Amino acid sequence: MAELVAVIASTHHPFYYRASTATGEDRPPFADEWVRKVEAFRETLTRANPDVLVMVGSDHFHQLWLDNMPQFLVGKAPFYDANWYNEEREFGLPRMVMTGSEDLSSYILREGIDAGFDLAFSNELRIDHSITCPIITLRPQNDLPIVPIYTNIFAPPLPRPKRFVQLGQTIRELVESWPSDQRVAVIGTGHLSLELGGPRQFGPHGPDPEFDRRAVEWISTGDIEGCCADVTLDSLHLPGNATHGFMDFMLMMGVAGEGRKADYVDTYDLFHTMEAYFTWYPNGGAAS
Amino acid sequence: MSKYLLNKFLFTVDRDPSLVERYRDDPQGTVEWWESTEANRLLNCHTGESSTWLRFADAEREALATHDYPRLFELGAHPFLTLTLFIAMFERDHDGLGFQLEYARRLAHFSLPYPDIAT
Repeated sequence: MAELVAVIASTHHPFYYRASTATGEDRPPFADEWVRKVEAFRETLTRANPDVLVMVGSDHFHQLWLDNMPQFLVGKAPFYDANWYNEEREFGLPRMVMTGSEDLSSYILREGIDAGFDLAFSNELRIDHSITCPIITLRPQNDLPIVPIYTNIFAPPLPRPKRFVQLGQTIRELVESWPSDQRVAVIGTGHLSLELGGPRQFGPHGPDPEFDRRAVEWISTGDIEGCCADVTLDSLHLPGNATHGFMDFMLMMGVAGEGRKADYVDTYDLFHTMEAYFTWYPNGGAAS
Repeated sequence: MSKYLLNKFLFTVDRDPSLVERYRDDPQGTVEWWESTEANRLLNCHTGESSTWLRFADAEREALATHDYPRLFELGAHPFLTLTLFIAMFERDHDGLGFQLEYARRLAHFSLPYPDIAT
């Protein structure tokens, strides 16, 4: 069977690419420390020596739209073009192309549907910064096949938080039962507290530092029970109007497992939002 | 009221560089043109297929035609769509994060719970 060699949860900050590549007067004062933290985080994936990446993210009204909105969607294609005109325009993100692991996509779709998730699929999916940001930060050589999985954290009605956790638990079971000798890493990105298009946006910190502190505690200690007791679709409006992206972190807690402490934790308090980086090694850490 | 149609306007204009400029320069004319020719176009579908029933409420049309993004927020337009398009149109007129911070200030009178964005 395949081996789950790393579980990684991260924020996806679309400004990292521009900040980290800027020079001279254009380089923001927080860039050097940010790059240092990202490169240390990257090492936690490199050490796991994966062959294939399952990438959990959320389309930001690029290809998925309100006339036909899936709650959970799995890409199944040999290639994925990536990043969109408005992401070039606003964030300076480059166009990218990734290869796909169609075998693992097929397995996740078939077995996931049989496990009770009526997963949508796409055979021509252009992915956006929720998945390209972690490629840029964690695997900039972009040399591994991926399975993109999109969740709806954006367009109500949304699945409830517990459903994200359950999908994460199911993804783990499917990866570990995939009849393959591949080494698989599951990487998912979301947000801590975040406000977009509202009165609390672009402040000196994330809109709710206390929520961020509690969120980092839940994730780093694997406290799924405590997190689910406090987090509802309604409560996620309070820390910031885009905080439903935190449910992708809850999905990743489901992949990592109840009570499973993260093996690597780092944060970086930036304007607008707090960055947060977590890695778990399901089989105890050291990669082969 | 059609929050969906507000969002459809923001979504279709934001993805087209020429429409971003047209809406920046002539908001009223762009909204009139869009509602009469584009509002009912089915996206991601056979070319030329259309719906028959979509139109703006007067308040929605007025908010779009005046670039009134606080009013769009109040009407329940999706804040990500509004922000993204208005950054594309007006960030260039400010230094740094000046536009984003002005945007926040102009919405400062809203408190929780914010207007419902469900469509």
